[in-house]
Amino acid sequence: MRSRGRFQNNKINPQSFGWSQLKFFVVLIPLSLLLLLPIVFMFSTAFKPADELFVFPPRLFVLNPTLDNFTRLFKAMSTSAVPASRYLFNSILVALCTVTLSILLSVSAAYILSKKDFPGKDFLFDLNTLAIEFVPIAVSVPTFIIISRLGLTNLFITNILPIIAMPVGLFLMKQFVDQIPDSLIEAAYLDGASEMDIVFKVVVPMTKPAIATIAILSFQSAWGNVVASNLYITNESFKTFAYYITSFTSSNTSGVGQGMAAAAALIMFVPNLIIFIFMQSQVMDTMAYSGIK
Amino acid sequence: MNLKEWWHKLKEKKRSQTAVRQADWSLTLLLPYMLAFLIFIVAPVIAAIAFSFTDFDSIRSPNWVFLDNYIYLFTQDSTFMEYILPNTLLFAAVVGPVSFLLSFFLAWMLAQLPRIPRNILALLIYSPSMVSGVAIQVIWVTLFNGDASGYLNSLFLAWGWISAPIQWLQDKRYLMMVMMIVTIWSSTGVGFLAMLSGILNIDPELYEAAYMDGMRNRWQEIVYVTLPSMKPQLLFGAVMSMVATLQAGGIGVALSGSNPTPNYAGDLIVNHIEDYAFTRYEMGFASAVSVVLLIFIFILTKIVYRLFGSGKDKKKAKTILYDEEGQPHIAIKKESK
Repeated sequence: MRSRGRFQNNKINPQSFGWSQLKFFVVLIPLSLLLLLPIVFMFSTAFKPADELFVFPPRLFVLNPTLDNFTRLFKAMSTSAVPASRYLFNSILVALCTVTLSILLSVSAAYILSKKDFPGKDFLFDLNTLAIEFVPIAVSVPTFIIISRLGLTNLFITNILPIIAMPVGLFLMKQFVDQIPDSLIEAAYLDGASEMDIVFKVVVPMTKPAIATIAILSFQSAWGNVVASNLYITNESFKTFAYYITSFTSSNTSGVGQGMAAAAALIMFVPNLIIFIFMQSQVMDTMAYSGIK
Repeated sequence: MNLKEWWHKLKEKKRSQTAVRQADWSLTLLLPYMLAFLIFIVAPVIAAIAFSFTDFDSIRSPNWVFLDNYIYLFTQDSTFMEYILPNTLLFAAVVGPVSFLLSFFLAWMLAQLPRIPRNILALLIYSPSMVSGVAIQVIWVTLFNGDASGYLNSLFLAWGWISAPIQWLQDKRYLMMVMMIVTIWSSTGVGFLAMLSGILNIDPELYEAAYMDGMRNRWQEIVYVTLPSMKPQLLFGAVMSMVATLQAGGIGVALSGSNPTPNYAGDLIVNHIEDYAFTRYEMGFASAVSVVLLIFIFILTKIVYRLFGSGKDKKKAKTILYDEEGQPHIAIKKESK
């Protein structure tokens, strides 16, 4: 925290509440509640008993919360050829592998791009920054062709491989590694550290906020990913929970189905929320270096 | 740095004690990322350009047709010219700027609150961006349900704003508007956090100096200090808004529940690509549409960089600040904890 200075008008990052902040609260509190309203709706619908789902006019808040929708959802899922637990297991495995690999890949790549000199280094980093805008959805066709030419269709790792290189992740990580003084790395060399030692004992401990940020972003992209299951994988038992929920809910949007769909949506949302709450302050530390110059 | 300099530097380093380890094999640490990056992110873009000049149908081997796909797209494909292109332009022109400005003003107001309420409100504002595809569909399809028991319809009927329920998601007059609202709602993500952090990290001395130089009010504060000091974060935020906007391709189909959307009212360029690629298997033509989208993204990027970029050559000048004695010194960013 930084001292505020002598000047009355500078109110950025204040230490305590002041009446002049009231106008911001007056705008921000209703606005953020409005943004939150659809999520409140999702929570309350997920816990509504059947009779409340059919009430007219519809009520936003649930009166007698129950877990019926969740039990109904899992009962409905157990009738399919592949059990829901298998999809859930796939999703958890995909998320764990994607998060671990994308952290390892971006930490080591960021270290090289930040601290080593070689020809084409600036070009690679600029290409990576430009690639933030290559929305994957725009090139789904050639990605599909490349994956089938490589013989990767119908493999479990096809859920993971296409999303482990995350240009935003490398970008944020490299900005962060830039902050590590070169002298620290040289000192480690003098102590006889290998390149791997430097990555794991110097770079990793000093870039924890950026690692947390990459963990969140890659978790979100892996957990909600339906592209691989939709387009690249035909074997039902390799598909993910997000895919299953998507195909299940698109046919259930009213009445009792609405309650089950909300329960499913909640299952997709809550892990993202919990992880973010735990890592919020780390993410904010990373964002200090997010600027593109 | 060119190859020759690099080689000399490498030879120099080999002689010194620390440099033995700096030999080029350490670059293998870069390899795993670069392989995944080149295969799954860069190669598809190059492949899209190559396939766009062919008639590839994913079964027979492709033939070169040169510009035929592009000529067809712009002269014969009436769906594209009549619906897809105007829809995409309108959608991008509204959603991009609105979500960017919304993120900025929310971040600017939040930065002027104490830490605890700021973090709580930031969490509330960020949470819509964590709602993934399927959950977005579940929430908004129910809220905008077309019969009288839909949330919005029953509210509007009760207040007497409308006399009959509106088919929000099936009526071509409303679908685009709902798509925009939903996308803006879910767009306060990483870009918003970056801007918030950018404002919080502006050196307070800059404000003091500006007030000494005669700056008077909040408005001038934004224009002369806040915006120029956070240009890099603004650029990052603008890029992220753009990505969020263009990624929202499937939203029309998800909301209306039909593909294509009623009267093509909610079809964006991404839907057109998927339509040709995965229902008609005209991969060559679909690739041409992808290339058009990539060019569109590239032009937008150029505009965004022109608006917010500091320019590489100006970078040096920007980092020089003056200390109390009036001597220039290099500004050092806040050290990480």
